[in-house]
Amino acid sequence: MPRKTVQKQKTGGLMRDRAQPVLEVTNLKTIFRTRGGEVHAVNSVSFDLKPGELLGVVGESGSGKSVTMMSLIGLLPSPPAEVREGRVMFDGLDLLKCTPAQLRAVRGPGVGFIFQDPMTSLNPVFTVGYQLREPLIKHMGMTKAQAQVRAKELLDLVGIPDAAQRLRDYPHQFSGGMRQRVMIAIALACDPKVLIADEPTTALDVTIQAQILELVKDLRQKLGMAIVWITHDLGVIAGIADRVMVMYGGQIAEQGPVKEVFARPRHPYTRALLQTVPSVRGERADKLNVIEGQPPILRAAPTACPFRDRCTTRFETCDRANPARSPVGPGHDAACFWDFDASAPRTDALIKEAAHG
Amino acid sequence: MADGTRAPLLEVEGLKMYFPITAGVFRKKVGDVKAVDDVSFTIYEGETLGLVGESGCGKSTCGRAILRLYEPTAGRVVLGGEDVLAAPASELRAMRPRMQMVFQDPQASLNPRMTVASIIGEPLDEHTTLSRAQKLARIYELMDKVGLNRDFANRYPHEFSGGQRQRIGIARALALNPKFIVCDEPIAALDVSIQAQVVNLLEELQDSLGLTYLFISHDLSMVRHIADRVAVMYLGRIVELASRDVLYDAPRHPYTQALLSAVPEPDPNAETARQRIILKGDVPSPANPPKGCNFCTRCPKVMPVCRELEPAFTEVAPGHFLACHLIQEAAVGAANSGANPGR
Repeated sequence: MPRKTVQKQKTGGLMRDRAQPVLEVTNLKTIFRTRGGEVHAVNSVSFDLKPGELLGVVGESGSGKSVTMMSLIGLLPSPPAEVREGRVMFDGLDLLKCTPAQLRAVRGPGVGFIFQDPMTSLNPVFTVGYQLREPLIKHMGMTKAQAQVRAKELLDLVGIPDAAQRLRDYPHQFSGGMRQRVMIAIALACDPKVLIADEPTTALDVTIQAQILELVKDLRQKLGMAIVWITHDLGVIAGIADRVMVMYGGQIAEQGPVKEVFARPRHPYTRALLQTVPSVRGERADKLNVIEGQPPILRAAPTACPFRDRCTTRFETCDRANPARSPVGPGHDAACFWDFDASAPRTDALIKEAAHG
Repeated sequence: MADGTRAPLLEVEGLKMYFPITAGVFRKKVGDVKAVDDVSFTIYEGETLGLVGESGCGKSTCGRAILRLYEPTAGRVVLGGEDVLAAPASELRAMRPRMQMVFQDPQASLNPRMTVASIIGEPLDEHTTLSRAQKLARIYELMDKVGLNRDFANRYPHEFSGGQRQRIGIARALALNPKFIVCDEPIAALDVSIQAQVVNLLEELQDSLGLTYLFISHDLSMVRHIADRVAVMYLGRIVELASRDVLYDAPRHPYTQALLSAVPEPDPNAETARQRIILKGDVPSPANPPKGCNFCTRCPKVMPVCRELEPAFTEVAPGHFLACHLIQEAAVGAANSGANPGR
């Protein structure tokens, strides 16, 4: 991976900004053909991932966060899924144009994936050792004996005690937290450049979640891969992510460095989300703030802002056009026509919109 | 709040719920899963008691055993002066209108082949002699109360979103004007932005109808919002019970401390500075709990006595109950007495 090639100048900010992204997604569009018509799950999503960075992706169920990540490496069954448009550049390769064989070579050594539910994504009829050795033999060309040694190291790495013994066990003999550690070990087996973790701690208890979060922080320092962490828990993001991407209605609502987004949220959805979540520390509010209404069902490509029905700062332009992402700070952008600093519509976005129409 | 002026509505004493483990062709009993093991607490009228704990700690079983949806192994449950566990089946049925339940999964707890009106009206069919028109009027009233559009009365559950389905479940629980409702993880299956809507609805209903809740949840931040007092369960036992502010500001049981410290904060600055207590290992099996204190296998402050003696559940300060040798020993040491702590 050429790390210090072209100096991509962006407006100020982090040192990592200058490194060439490992993963570059442009204008990704995924739809599902269902009996009730098309569902536009992902609409023109663009983002990139820098080496060694941890990108948090937040959103409600149905906001398209998992579908986006699964489209990248062709994990969605087609039909019903169909990637309509877009470009996913990884290692000089457009993943959307790859043959199945090329993709297979990317999954594992290129991109590792941790699924949400470790019970359903581990095969119950094979031992954990077998499932750990499989990618090592297939992708890394190891012999069975070498793979066995490496499998033991991997279990040690993710903090499973008595690893040599546990390799002979089946998934049901592990607890939820331990199973998730096994999943992480499998994803790490081929030393991926990018690790995509799809709600890896949602099914776990808080004390176990804390263990897994510590483990990931530790592994990041040791191995230094880029991570995409999908979750709906803003607290988890606050603790581990460098950059956060908020998704709503199949689009990116806001994206920026984590401290910046939490301190100065510039999309009404992010703002509402941060106010909705109660905390176990600090002041306790008497009444919870709510986001009224329901998330949209995406029957067609959006022609207006998908959040407008639940938005408190809605005005006429929001019904006419879908706001594009525009910069609101260093490395920070939001898809909204409203300027929260001036408490008025954003003039630049409106002008751009007028030029379009 | 736990002020002495309020009358207790629900008293639970020494509640035990063991599920037998059987083996062999003759299904011989070889052991027990001690899902709820000697739990005692009181809920005062009009308050919300939060019951928190990790999955598998027995909090849902506890809620169900109180309503006698299971037949508890031992214990006493008194609701409004009547013994729930001793009542024969016919009397129990007459008590049902006063105690209701909101279930965790609104998808699974609503019959997909019944319309919303028939789901909400079913308790009325069973327990009242209202005419059709009266029933329908009551159904509409309930739908208004939980914020469902009356026009949807003839729709089926699958036509609703998760939050709306949970509202149907709440309307059904309210149909017979209950005094006491067990809310078993009512928001766990909902999205963050919808959770707040349902929690606010439950609070409004409590204010307007004078309801008493047992709110079971694993979400510590939501419990902090809704509960007046909070009980923390671990492996079938309550380890700490205190008023909300005391429990969240100054938890005393090592498990409560670890549990609270594990909850991530939606604030990156606080989160990077914060020192977490990370518990080692997993929750032991309730079929084979450790000797002594149930928490002794993971406790960061474990002492030799913890592996021998089970700590008693005692009141260490007014309204603050605790089952831990650490605090009890300190209290005994302070009193300078040689008395044997616990049982």
